[in-house]
Amino acid sequence: MSLREGLSRRGALMKLGLLFNGAMGTVLAVPIVSYVLSPLLRERKTGYDSWLNLGALDQFPVGQTRLAVYRNPVVNPTDGETANIPCWVRNLDNEKFQVFAINCAHLGCPVRWFPQSGLFLCPCHGGAYYADGSRASGPPERGLFEYRYKVQQGNLLIEAGEMLTTGAPTAGLTNIDTGRPPCA
Amino acid sequence: MRLIQTVRLIQKVGAWVDERLQLATPMRETLQHPVPRQTASWAYVFGSAALTVLALQVVTGILLALIYVPSAGEAWSSLQVLNHQVTLGWFIRALHGWGSNFMVAIVLVHMAEVFLFGAYKFPRELTWVVGVLLLLMTLGMAFTGQVLRFDQDAYWGLGIGASISSRVPILGPFIVKLLLGGPIIAGATLSRFFALHVFVIPGSLLAFVGLHLLMVLKLGINEWPMPGRIVRRATYLREYHELTRKDGIPFWPDAAGKDLLFSGFILLCIAVCAMHFGPFGPGGQPDPTIIQTAPQPDYFFLWLYALLSLLPPSMETPALLIGPAIALVVLLTLPFYSGEGEKHWKRRPIAVLTILLVAVALGTLTHLASNAPWSPVMDAWSGQPIPAQYLKGRTALQRQGALVFQAKQCHNCHALDGVGGQRGPQLDRIAVELTQDQLIRQVIQGGGNMPAYGKNLSPAETTALVAFLETLHPNGQDVARDDESRTAQTPARP
Repeated sequence: MSLREGLSRRGALMKLGLLFNGAMGTVLAVPIVSYVLSPLLRERKTGYDSWLNLGALDQFPVGQTRLAVYRNPVVNPTDGETANIPCWVRNLDNEKFQVFAINCAHLGCPVRWFPQSGLFLCPCHGGAYYADGSRASGPPERGLFEYRYKVQQGNLLIEAGEMLTTGAPTAGLTNIDTGRPPCA
Repeated sequence: MRLIQTVRLIQKVGAWVDERLQLATPMRETLQHPVPRQTASWAYVFGSAALTVLALQVVTGILLALIYVPSAGEAWSSLQVLNHQVTLGWFIRALHGWGSNFMVAIVLVHMAEVFLFGAYKFPRELTWVVGVLLLLMTLGMAFTGQVLRFDQDAYWGLGIGASISSRVPILGPFIVKLLLGGPIIAGATLSRFFALHVFVIPGSLLAFVGLHLLMVLKLGINEWPMPGRIVRRATYLREYHELTRKDGIPFWPDAAGKDLLFSGFILLCIAVCAMHFGPFGPGGQPDPTIIQTAPQPDYFFLWLYALLSLLPPSMETPALLIGPAIALVVLLTLPFYSGEGEKHWKRRPIAVLTILLVAVALGTLTHLASNAPWSPVMDAWSGQPIPAQYLKGRTALQRQGALVFQAKQCHNCHALDGVGGQRGPQLDRIAVELTQDQLIRQVIQGGGNMPAYGKNLSPAETTALVAFLETLHPNGQDVARDDESRTAQTPARP
């Protein structure tokens, strides 16, 4: 075997080795990337949202706005209390409801309902909303996010499972500020 | 005699080890490399101080990881264990927390100093670029670290992060889910931030610190700038080497003394702060159903918190999404559009003004954020009574108005005698500024930054409230009245 033949064989072996490792890298990249993107891929398969029971209607008296808590439908064993999500339920007339996300539409801080003045106030940057969730004042550009709801066998159900932020599929679009003056 | 024998033995072992490692000579050469004499200065100590604090953070971080549990259900209790049960656990947490604060501050000072000394110019462009990335990683560590202190502020801080990310056009919802590791802030979120804080960012941070230091060694420390000493690509390297040859001193031991002293001083400061002020939090439990909370970021993000409440709403999203990108591009490309020329600050007025402007802006925003005048005081209506002097000698109707003022949460946004919210204007002299009609209109229709109360006040309540507001004027100063010759069409104060 001449020296030249040996070199070329070694060269070929190295190229083959590189190719083989490259191929393996590509093959492994598929599960790795899928794993990293799993929070997105899961949604496409089964979805995060489902209909959840907030409780019997008599917990939500007519004309009032009450805090309700639901357990997020997608839960991990390590979630602890973070899977308990609060929301505001407004009962208009026992048939019409509004269920607002707890998160201010500005930056997501928890808004508090003040029945005396009929306002939701945000402790962070002072966003204020009227009882119907529409923007009253402050930095939010829109009203509170709303959950879809339905009444079934005397219970109030909402479609939930995902933090309501701009662009989330279930974030209601009914309260976008149209630039009209607020209800006087 | 025994001592000498021991020393000899150690020397022998050392020689044996070095025969195999062969690191002693290159290390000695590295330590003794010549640096310009004037760089042995108190102005050049911040980089090494940052390195020292980094070492402290690594050590204390590993120590905390012995106890800390990165689980959304248990992280908070494991911090309580660290604070109250583990011997000196509180102190290690305090060291790590204060170390983080000092780290951000030192890195910022280091950056400002490098900028003012023109150290980013040729041939140290890449050192600067890596430095900018190190600043980003430092801030990344600060934010992820704040999340690991898994309390109410961390929980809602994540909500703020998600809200900001959700505003990215089209990709927003996807970014939110990747950031949170799922549809909501929960266990997966904390695990993810733990991995970032403990593996991903520190790994890259250490690698980039290595590169940063390597370049400082290879290219030499920036010489003390002199007005008129111009950086030119063609001649700089020759001039620098001449400077170090003619007027250089070995870094070790001649130039390193101040670095060591300052690093020690910073460690002392961190230890004293840790002992005196103790660890940061954790605050309330990370239970989303406890909504009686007013989340605030740690101090290095307070300026952002202030900016987000002071910007006009329509400018917020562009400022949030485009602002950081522009800032990053400006910082990263700085050495490429200003790679030559004067280094001395006296010949670079725009550089000095930029630093002053940034420092004043950050300082002002941080100061504003520390008393957050834009946040309503959520319990002022129930917890902060109207000062007695505003009620003495008032009529029944006016006192009833004071009750309305409290009951309708007006006090949450409006201060009286310095007590209450500062979201809206202080009302101590409102009667001098607005006439009765204007007061009624403002209360009922809102406007400016005030919600309309028309739906939530009965006519009787409005009458009482306005009667109370009309008493709010300094003694001896007359209240505002409509011009009798006009009708009530006076335009409201803007």
